[in-house]
Amino acid sequence: MTKNEAVFKRDLQKKTIHVERAFDALLDEVWEAWTQSESLDQWWAPRPYQARTKKMDFRAGGLWLYAMVGPEGDSQWCRVDFKTVDLKKSLTSSATFCDEDGNINTDFPAMYWKNVFSATATGTVVNIEITFDKEADMEAILKMGFQEGFTMGLNNLDEYLERA
Amino acid sequence: MRNRSVAIIFATNRLHIKFMRRDVFQAIADPTRRAILSLLALHAMTPNAVAEHFDSSRQAISKHIKILTECELVSQKQSGREIYYHFNARKMKEVDDWMGQFRSQWEDRFDQLDNLLKIKKQKRS
Repeated sequence: MTKNEAVFKRDLQKKTIHVERAFDALLDEVWEAWTQSESLDQWWAPRPYQARTKKMDFRAGGLWLYAMVGPEGDSQWCRVDFKTVDLKKSLTSSATFCDEDGNINTDFPAMYWKNVFSATATGTVVNIEITFDKEADMEAILKMGFQEGFTMGLNNLDEYLERA
Repeated sequence: MRNRSVAIIFATNRLHIKFMRRDVFQAIADPTRRAILSLLALHAMTPNAVAEHFDSSRQAISKHIKILTECELVSQKQSGREIYYHFNARKMKEVDDWMGQFRSQWEDRFDQLDNLLKIKKQKRS
């Protein structure tokens, strides 16, 4: 079986990142993996971190409160607030950082998510749209950094970055 | 530093230990600071020479330069009695690296999800 490649696209105008990924599994299974904490805890955190759920209330208006726990026991609490849930089709949510009681830490940018799940002939495709808060928008900042307010001198920077 | 940028977004990298107030993203989020970087990218300048390009007070400009220095986008060098500020292009690359970090992190996640789905499938059959 060949590996499924994720496709990443940036939409600077909309300050959005698109990620598309196919999975060799039925839609029901993929949906469950994204929406049940027992499953999320097993894959959500990039290694060597592990997600540990404290509270999961999967419904529109509900929240997922979890910690990312590192190999040295260090942890960071995160919460996902589910905005809309269209069963086995799509969900929207916002992701923020918080303390263990779920109090949001506003020093950090929020991310807004839209996940769309579609069954295909061979499995399931998940389309993910990630949008950032205006002031904390990383993509907008990228754009500003490279395209706005920079004079001729910085045109070399792109070339520099290509070489680096 | 690259990891720190990612940590800010994804909280996966010892965020609470390594997070610092000043990072490249924060530094370039401000239009005046971007303009200062543009100037310094052309050539190194003294604080006064930088301030002459702006209507803001010298104190305000010097505060911006301090932030840029703290996140290492700008370095200072003494030349005789004058201090010159230099643009550090290498640091700027971190901004570009961000997308790469984002990508590898997600690919890692997806691989783990693949494994989980495979295990579940085996259990059922």
